[in-house]
Amino acid sequence: MSSLEGRGLSCTRGYATLFRDVSFRVGAGEWVAVRGPNGSGKTTLLRCAAGLSRANAGEVTRDGALLYSGHLPGIKDDLTTEENLAGSLALQGVVAHGPSITEALARAGLGKRRHLAARRLSAGQRRRIGLARLMLDPAPVWILDEPLTALDDEGQALFTELLSRHLDRGGLALLATHHDLAPPPARELRIGA
Amino acid sequence: MNAAAAPMPAAAGGSFGAGFAWAFSRDLTLSLRHPGEALLVVAFFVLVATLFPLGVGADPQLLARIGPGVIWVCALLAAFLSLPGLFAGDYADGTLEQMTLSPHPMPGWVAGKIAAHWVASGLPLTVLSPLLGLQYGLDAQTLGTLVLALLLGTPTLSLLGAACSALALGARGSGVLLALLALPLFVPVLIFGAGAAEAQAASLSPTPHLSLLGAGLILATMGLPFAACTAIRIALD
Repeated sequence: MSSLEGRGLSCTRGYATLFRDVSFRVGAGEWVAVRGPNGSGKTTLLRCAAGLSRANAGEVTRDGALLYSGHLPGIKDDLTTEENLAGSLALQGVVAHGPSITEALARAGLGKRRHLAARRLSAGQRRRIGLARLMLDPAPVWILDEPLTALDDEGQALFTELLSRHLDRGGLALLATHHDLAPPPARELRIGA
Repeated sequence: MNAAAAPMPAAAGGSFGAGFAWAFSRDLTLSLRHPGEALLVVAFFVLVATLFPLGVGADPQLLARIGPGVIWVCALLAAFLSLPGLFAGDYADGTLEQMTLSPHPMPGWVAGKIAAHWVASGLPLTVLSPLLGLQYGLDAQTLGTLVLALLLGTPTLSLLGAACSALALGARGSGVLLALLALPLFVPVLIFGAGAAEAQAASLSPTPHLSLLGAGLILATMGLPFAACTAIRIALD
C-alpha cells in the first residue's frame, strides 16, 4: 500500500517562517488539498514533501514511486511534443511504447501536434503534455502544484477524470489547488492562516 | 472516453547507466537541433587562434614558440564559453527538478550531461587543433602531442566547468561568477597541457606532463560529478 506522510514539518526562508509544525498523512485512494493564500508556502511544502527542498524540522516518509509536477513543466522547447512526453517517461524509468504514447497525446487533445516543436505550443497545451504523462506514468504518489493552471474547462474535466481513476486504482495525491474538484479531498491542509 | 483500455506501462527501476544514456542522448539531440551554439564555440576557437599571428607578427620562430600555449588558452576560453548553459537551461525549464526526482542515481545523468558537453565542445576543439597548429608552423610530432594533451585535458575542463556551473546556478550575474570560479581551476590543466607540447617542441619527453594530465582526468572523473550533484541539490533547495 502506498502512502505519503509528513510529520512536524517546519520551514523558514530567510527571516520569514513559512509554516510551522505541519503534519499530514495521505493514504491509498485519497487525495489531500493544500490550501492557503498566495505566498503562504504551499509550493515549498510540496517541494519538501517531494524531497526537493529540505525542511528545517520534521520528516517525510513516502512509500511508492513519485510523480511530481511543479510550476515549471520540464518541457524542452526544441523537442517535439511526442519527444517531450517520451523523454520524461524514459527519465522516470517508465517503459511506454509508441502506440500508447500516441494514444495518450490524442486523449490529451494534442494528437495533431505530436510532431510540433514544443516552442509552438500554448501554455495550456504544454500543461496537456503533463496530463498525457499522468495517463502513462504508473507512479502511485502524485504531488502536483496547481495542476489546473492554464487548462480550459475540457482540460480540467480530463484532469478530474484522471484523478478519480488514479484514486480508484489505489493511488494517492497531494495537490495544491484553488479549485474545487469533483472527487472531494479526504482532508484539507490549511497553511499560513 | 475509455480510460482503462490502454495497458498501463511498467515502471522499471533506475540505474546509473540508464541515467547516463538518457542525459547523454538528450543533450546531444538538443545540441544537434541547435547547432549554432556548438558552432559558435568552434568559430571562436578558430578566430582567436588566427588573430594571434596577425597581432604578434609572422616570425616563424616566435610563432612556433608560442603556438602550443596560444592554442591551449584559446581552447580553454572556447570550452568556457559553453559552460553557463550546461545546467542553466534545465534549471530554468524545470527539467533539473524532474531529473533529480527520477529513480536514476544523480551522478549517472550528471556524468551523461558532462560527457555530452565534452562531445559538443571539447572534442571538436581537439579535432581542429592540428589545423591551427599548422598556422604556427608546429612540426608533426608537436602536433601529435598537442592533440593528445587536448584529448586528456579538455574532458577535465568539462568536469571542472560542470561543478562550477552547478555552483553558480541561480546566482545573479552567474556568468561572471562562473568565470571567477572556473578559470583559476583551469590553470593546472593549462600548464601541463601547454607544457606537454612545449616539451615535445624542445625535444624533451612530454610523458610526465601527459601522465599528470591523465592522472588529473581520473581524479576529476572520480570526484567532480559528485560535487556537481551536491551543488545542484543546493541550488534546487
